[in-house]
Amino acid sequence: MSFGKKLNVVGRRLRKVDGLQKATGAAVYADDIKLPRMLHCKILRSPHAHARIKRIDFSRCLEHPGVVAVLEGKEIPTRYGVIPWTPDEQALAADKARFVGDEVAAVAAEDELAAEEALELIDVEYEVLPPLIDPAEALREQRIKIHEGSKQGNISKHVELSFGDVAAGFDRCAAIADETFYYEGSTHTPIEPHCAIGNYDADGNLTVWSSTQIPHYVHRELSRVLELPEARVRVIQPFLGGAFGGKSDPFSLEFVVAKLSMKTGRPVKCLFTREEVFWAHRGRHPMKMRFKVGLSETGRIESVDSKILIDGGAYSSFGLVTAYYAGQLLTGPYQFGAYHFDSTRVFTNKPPCGPKRGHGSVQPRFAFEVALDMAAEKLGLDPIEVRRRNFIGENVKTINGQLITSNGFLRCLDLVEKASGWKERKGKLGFGRGLGVAGSMYISGTAYPVYPNEMPQAGIQVKLDRSGKVTIFSGASDIGQGSNSVPAYLIAEEIGCDPRDCLVVVSDTDLTPVDLGAYSSRVTFMLGIACVEAGRKLWAQISAAVAEKWGVEAARIEGSLGTIFVPETALSMSFKEAVRLAEAKFGTLGATGSYRTEKLGGDYRGGTIGASPAYSFTAHAVEVQVDPETGIWTVERVWAAHDCGKALNPTLVEGQIEGSVYMGYAEAAMEEMTYLPSGLHRGPSLLDYRIPTSLDTPELTAMIVESGDPKGPYGAKEAGEGPLHPVIPAISNAIHDAVGIWLTELPFHPGKLLRLLREKDKPRAPVPPVEERISAAGESRA
Amino acid sequence: MLTLPPFEYHSPTTVEEAVALLRQHRGQVKVIAGGTDLVPNMKHRLFTPAHVVGLKAIAGLDRVAEEGPDIRLGAMCTIAQLARDPLVQKTLPSLAAAASQIAGPQLREMGTLGGNICLDTRCVYYNQTYFWRKALGFCLKKDGTVCHVVQGGQRCVAAASNDTVPVLMTLNARVRAVGTNGLREIPIAELYVPDGIVNTVLAPEELVVEVRVPRPEGRLIAGYQKLRVRASIDYPALTIAVAAKIDPADRAEWIRVVVSALGARPHLVGGLERFRGRRFDQGLAAEVSQVAYRQCHPLTNINVDPAWRREMVPVFVRRAFARAQLSGSGYFEKEGAQRTSDSPPPPNTPTQQTR
Repeated sequence: MSFGKKLNVVGRRLRKVDGLQKATGAAVYADDIKLPRMLHCKILRSPHAHARIKRIDFSRCLEHPGVVAVLEGKEIPTRYGVIPWTPDEQALAADKARFVGDEVAAVAAEDELAAEEALELIDVEYEVLPPLIDPAEALREQRIKIHEGSKQGNISKHVELSFGDVAAGFDRCAAIADETFYYEGSTHTPIEPHCAIGNYDADGNLTVWSSTQIPHYVHRELSRVLELPEARVRVIQPFLGGAFGGKSDPFSLEFVVAKLSMKTGRPVKCLFTREEVFWAHRGRHPMKMRFKVGLSETGRIESVDSKILIDGGAYSSFGLVTAYYAGQLLTGPYQFGAYHFDSTRVFTNKPPCGPKRGHGSVQPRFAFEVALDMAAEKLGLDPIEVRRRNFIGENVKTINGQLITSNGFLRCLDLVEKASGWKERKGKLGFGRGLGVAGSMYISGTAYPVYPNEMPQAGIQVKLDRSGKVTIFSGASDIGQGSNSVPAYLIAEEIGCDPRDCLVVVSDTDLTPVDLGAYSSRVTFMLGIACVEAGRKLWAQISAAVAEKWGVEAARIEGSLGTIFVPETALSMSFKEAVRLAEAKFGTLGATGSYRTEKLGGDYRGGTIGASPAYSFTAHAVEVQVDPETGIWTVERVWAAHDCGKALNPTLVEGQIEGSVYMGYAEAAMEEMTYLPSGLHRGPSLLDYRIPTSLDTPELTAMIVESGDPKGPYGAKEAGEGPLHPVIPAISNAIHDAVGIWLTELPFHPGKLLRLLREKDKPRAPVPPVEERISAAGESRA
Repeated sequence: MLTLPPFEYHSPTTVEEAVALLRQHRGQVKVIAGGTDLVPNMKHRLFTPAHVVGLKAIAGLDRVAEEGPDIRLGAMCTIAQLARDPLVQKTLPSLAAAASQIAGPQLREMGTLGGNICLDTRCVYYNQTYFWRKALGFCLKKDGTVCHVVQGGQRCVAAASNDTVPVLMTLNARVRAVGTNGLREIPIAELYVPDGIVNTVLAPEELVVEVRVPRPEGRLIAGYQKLRVRASIDYPALTIAVAAKIDPADRAEWIRVVVSALGARPHLVGGLERFRGRRFDQGLAAEVSQVAYRQCHPLTNINVDPAWRREMVPVFVRRAFARAQLSGSGYFEKEGAQRTSDSPPPPNTPTQQTR
């Protein structure tokens, strides 16, 4: 792992280990799994946003041909949740439905159609309760509670943290931007809907195949809810057709197929429809944000103050973390003089929100980066220049106590400045065309595991066979980012084998070591460190055995792509021969590696949330074209530069940058989770909930910056989430450059733009106090 | 996955046989051509026919030909075929343009002209799953009694969303249908009625077999514009066709404008006779666009801001005229007129589709 060493695998544009399987259709996804005697399950959902379940009568349903078993909430009442402090979900609601689409009962039948028909024959008696749809109203409401157990009204989590003297900071400011922003909710839309198969066998072992990105947490919660020993529960994650955070909670269907299999003694499958994916949701939280950003005369960020109302939907999910992330992840790449944030997540009777790519921080990043441009404009400062002046640097602590190690943000800014022709073109493109910029920072995993424990967050086991085959057992969840390939690359780099001779066995709790899951951009970083550790142990044995054979020092021996040799000599042998020597000398060969959680973060309550071993940095420049007659805007090009520390495979990093940018662009352009006053989603389908197709996405230049992080595997940091953040504020800033208006509400509908354009020259009404504005924004959204 | 309700499939080989099946199973039968409208509607349980009559096996319904004064378009022509057919492109360029902007490539290969003409009206409160509609409390068009678009509305206002129809209306096309009483020809402007539940005058056992469009003669210009959120796939937020006959002295003989994706019937803009004899230029197009604006009132039946859609009516009417084609070249370009208000091309509109 020394940086001086010539790299043979790392940094090369190698094919993914499973690329051809996916391209040829050989890859097995959850819905491809068909077991003998398998039943199909459908879940009955509440048509009411808020209703007490008084009685469920299955008698008509059980008479329907093909129905084998039914299930209701009181049979599996144990509450669960991905965060152990907030277990407020039930596999099937036993007492109360909290949103339209909340799961109420289930049927297992001989085929899918019979199960679907049988749902209509379940008679549920509801007592309909008034729904709380608008978060501002839910915040005010004390009488109606979505969760009876809530300590304070409908508040899911409130966080307020202060660093430095914010008021004094504003007093020193020469320019202050004080604005209210609204970030619309959006959802992940993975192409593969959720699917799970449960099989409880005669020996009392339960196996669940699930399209999850957190097999370990699903394993724990299945054991708890079904009251089975953890050793009797096996969770297998097959190939996954995208997730983006939408499969990082335990979901109803996983418990339901398991329980129905236990009841029937037959395998049971449940595949969500697209509409059900919208009910399962866990996507981006809508946020109403008031942001105040103050700059000194020289453009230094003296003070930042935010108040954020977060619409959580019906359950907690990761909400405790969301409320922290909304403030904690904003403190780079710029140095803040003083910082205060106050974020409140409230429950509403809508599908629960959760982590979507860039969890919790995409929304405030949008508000902050636009507010920064607003303030800089008042000082006549160039947007790139103001970002440069506030660069926080390397090996520094942020104002909230997070340790930044490597930081390539300035190089990111330089790259997008040059590539976009910023200096020559900014402000000179004429009315209707403009350039905008924004920056961001994101975590490479979090130091804080979801449940407190002293064990590793990631692990790897490697087995060497005398055939030369290297079998790697990895518990990590590949959701498309390439974590099935990373162990092959890194182990091959360490032990000198050909990466094509590595078999990576993945995501099976019976076979592979624990990995906490694909979230917080933690996988490549933590798994990578575990791989390096295991690889080094094996290399020590291989090189010792070979050294003995050749009579040279072990340190002189190198390995590359299947050949073991001493440089500048004729000494050379195949990797296979080397393994045989090592096996003869040491016995059966194998090694493990782990990533252990580091103690990090600020010394205050919540100070560990958002603390990461390393941070990635991103800058985007965007060029837009606005049609002033229609309000329709298009992105001509995005230049995206991302500091990922070290690109273990540049093609995969570029793929992550591209995917992130398009996802962010989609949120800016069209995505919106909107609801009727009754709480019914306005269009839970891919026709009504619009996301851009490949024809609708802008041209994009992805650029990689390698700052070489001292902690990351080969210097690597995250690349999967950070590059999503800047594109949204950069578009807003570019539209401002093009036509002089500020878009502060997502999505940027052409109609909205057109209205603002017409109002631009009219005198503005006086700004009401903050509290009023936040609640007014809420009412207009109801 | 959404399931299809079970049904019996019939595959007649003649039109007469098809019509006989429709009569025999009246009330429990649907016709399937490309299936791009019917199949999702069946999955949503908007239709649960016991019988489905496929038209694939009937020979000769997919021809495009010139005959006498007409261009004949078979009802089973696919949308993709219309978009790329040289005769259609040459003689009916606005129809080719409309066809090229329907849905996405795969759907255009499956969808047919007849299917587009008979497309079920669409509404955000209607084109949803059974569960969704049940949670809503159903609606006037299907299973319920209440209109969610117009409060207290007694007539369904689900939107005509067929993109070929406005064009065919501006070109005075006739639809030929075969029923139990044989063949009849209906001027397309008379085919539709303002009732979103069933918006055509076709009898249940009547089958659309062909469309005849008079071959444009003289200086006839025709243009098409579509507003939709994604140029790659969406149903129209507005679908607009224009046509004008211009005399040798550059005066308008007649002007026709049709705007659809409003209510149940495509709207033929009225009162344009008064422009007869006026010099046809961009100023006149702007006046016509204001007439259209006054008559068009988009509703919330489509999930795109109605106020904005209304404002876009005159803009896109003007653009349709500005880009209207006369034998393959733009009329205004030929006249050397400036395209000030239309340059640069609007993003997110079909002109970008080839990007």
